[in-house]
Amino acid sequence: MDQEKASELSKKMMKKQLRLSLSVAIVFVVVLVGLPLFNLYAPDLAKTDLGGFSLTWLILGLLFYPLTWMLSSWFVRGSEKIERNIIEEESK
Amino acid sequence: MTELMFVIAVTLFTILLGIWATKKSKTASDFFVAGRAVSVFWNASAISGEYLSAASFMGIAGLVMKNGYDAMWYPAGYAAGYLFLLLFIAGPLRRFGAFTIPDFAEGRFHSPAFRKIAVSFVLFIGFFYTMPQMKGAGATMQGIFPTWPYWLGIVIVGSVITFNVALGGMKGITLVQAAQYWIKVFAISVPCFVVMSVLGSYSEPIRDALVAPAEIPYVTGDVITIKPIAPNNAFTLSSAGKTMVKFEEDTVISGFSLVPKLKEGESADTSNVITNIGGAQPIDFKGKSISIPKDTLLQFNVVKIKKPGEQTEIPKASIKVEFSKLAKVRFSSVRNLNGGKAYAPNAPANGRWVKPFGPLTSKNGYPLLYTYSLIIALVCGTAGLPHILVRFYTNPDGKAAKRTTLWVMVMLGAFYIFTPIWGVLGRVGIPNLYPTNNTDPAIIKLPTMIGYGDMGHVLAGITAAGAFAAFMSTFSGLLVSMSGAFAHDIYGKILKPESTPEQRKTAFKVAAVVVGVVSMLLGLAVESFDIAMMVGWAFAIGAASYFPLLLLGSWWRGLTAKGAATGMLVGGLSSLAAIVTTMLIDKKILSLELSPLTRSLMEQPAIWGVPLSIILMIVVSKASAKQVPHDVDWMMLRLHAPEELGHSKDYIGEH
Repeated sequence: MDQEKASELSKKMMKKQLRLSLSVAIVFVVVLVGLPLFNLYAPDLAKTDLGGFSLTWLILGLLFYPLTWMLSSWFVRGSEKIERNIIEEESK
Repeated sequence: MTELMFVIAVTLFTILLGIWATKKSKTASDFFVAGRAVSVFWNASAISGEYLSAASFMGIAGLVMKNGYDAMWYPAGYAAGYLFLLLFIAGPLRRFGAFTIPDFAEGRFHSPAFRKIAVSFVLFIGFFYTMPQMKGAGATMQGIFPTWPYWLGIVIVGSVITFNVALGGMKGITLVQAAQYWIKVFAISVPCFVVMSVLGSYSEPIRDALVAPAEIPYVTGDVITIKPIAPNNAFTLSSAGKTMVKFEEDTVISGFSLVPKLKEGESADTSNVITNIGGAQPIDFKGKSISIPKDTLLQFNVVKIKKPGEQTEIPKASIKVEFSKLAKVRFSSVRNLNGGKAYAPNAPANGRWVKPFGPLTSKNGYPLLYTYSLIIALVCGTAGLPHILVRFYTNPDGKAAKRTTLWVMVMLGAFYIFTPIWGVLGRVGIPNLYPTNNTDPAIIKLPTMIGYGDMGHVLAGITAAGAFAAFMSTFSGLLVSMSGAFAHDIYGKILKPESTPEQRKTAFKVAAVVVGVVSMLLGLAVESFDIAMMVGWAFAIGAASYFPLLLLGSWWRGLTAKGAATGMLVGGLSSLAAIVTTMLIDKKILSLELSPLTRSLMEQPAIWGVPLSIILMIVVSKASAKQVPHDVDWMMLRLHAPEELGHSKDYIGEH
């Protein structure tokens, strides 16, 4: 394969993958940056009692993990779909 | 005794499984990357097993007990790091197809010189990460047998693992680590439910803390040992009330101080703060090296601070007592001389414990900064730990690498949900750990506190076995990656490129023994540091060195070897220097007054280290743009194209 083709193909693939990675990352960064700010600026809301836990404890200690599962499965599914499409396009 | 049987069982299991798996380990590829044929489920178990270290198993519980809410950023950050690893690094790294991470550094830029830099970081990070594992080993054995010296646990665990790794390499430990994940999940969850059924639910202590923010846990009046090793050679008495301290042995107090320190213009009357009950010798608050004879009973009164110009507002200060000799003390309140009921020294009040920005993040006065820096270190650090990254090469292909990471996140999350529960229950069940400042053994000691005789010991045996599985699996992973760096990168690529695979295997075994011994020696020096904090330091160095390299190396064509090396060296080494300096200050080897802001930035350097490294990589690469590797387009194709397209080629194939 010549350089032009390699460059074109790799750029096309990377652009699609990177867009997906960044969309997932942005959602996650909002949570990571937002939770400390929420704790700082809305301390009363953060300590709302929910079944014995404070709201912020519930978020960081429990809900945080299912959130990472959802985000990673969103990414893995999306990323595999991108790869399938590329393989299809290239094998034409 | 019951506990010891569980520990021996898990250790024997590890050795036998290692030997059995080793018999199947034949080729060099088997040895270094397990033949690149580990299935998604087993690889995910093995990665999780390797990642869940002493810091995860013991350290988080200890930190949550001590610092409450803020400490939960540790498990959250550990898990969050995998998401970033998945999004940006897992697929490309596997598709590169090497044996070690320095292979990536060299191969991506065709720069043998860069390999040397990369190797040295594998070793820096590796040794920083082994120290807390060793501390875990020592602390667990002491948790089971209080009379055992700290070094004994280290020597036992260190030798067993070194033997195992030297024998089997990567294939030997993949199976072992996978099995150990399941042991750890069992050990942290099942005893947890039993302990909750006795001590009360997870949420109860949290609700109590929210309702009564001024309350402090009580100690029970048992003898508590304070070791004369900085920074744990001290306890800080609560300012909430008077405390009686009875000395059961002769000791030497090296000095008293107020916490927080007096600010400018403030004053405090300390002349009548300490009363020596029944003793002729008055105790001088400003004195140094005060000999305290056996059976002395001291009463510590509350210190009030006078602010300039204000007569009404009188805040209180806590008294910190430091020792230069081993001390055995009993704490009690004025009314309950025999029954204890004193406020637990060092324990934060409920409100500071249960709410964000408590003692961990606000100790230097910049809680938000500290929180963010910690998050950055943990998130970027996970994606920059060589011994974790090397595991991605054991996947059959890039797609499997991504699926594996997804499963790792599920497995880690399922584990981490339990870790803070132990810390919360520890605060209620075993407050006597507070005065020692060493809350790491909470998970080992807590089960014996619930009573029911043997039942408690069986549960403690299970958690101790889990802790053993934790530092054994992490230490073996570190040992493989560090010995791999010596055998494959230093010996095989730098010193003796003409060596045969057989010679490299021998070099690996020799390196494993040397690294194992050095790690044990380092472990002896860190008895007084929190496990989870030490791990945080290793993360901060990885975050400022490997993470930027892998991120930019996988996604940016313009990166040059010069740029990557500059960023890695400056970012990584300055973070390392900052951390070592704060460590030496805490150990009182170095005496240096730092402003609170400087101290925060040095203790948690990721917030400047990571951007510094990334910016340098970009700037220097732009300046040396002519040196961009000529084959970068094919390289990108190889890193990102699905294997089905046929552009992939393992950097190192089967030997």
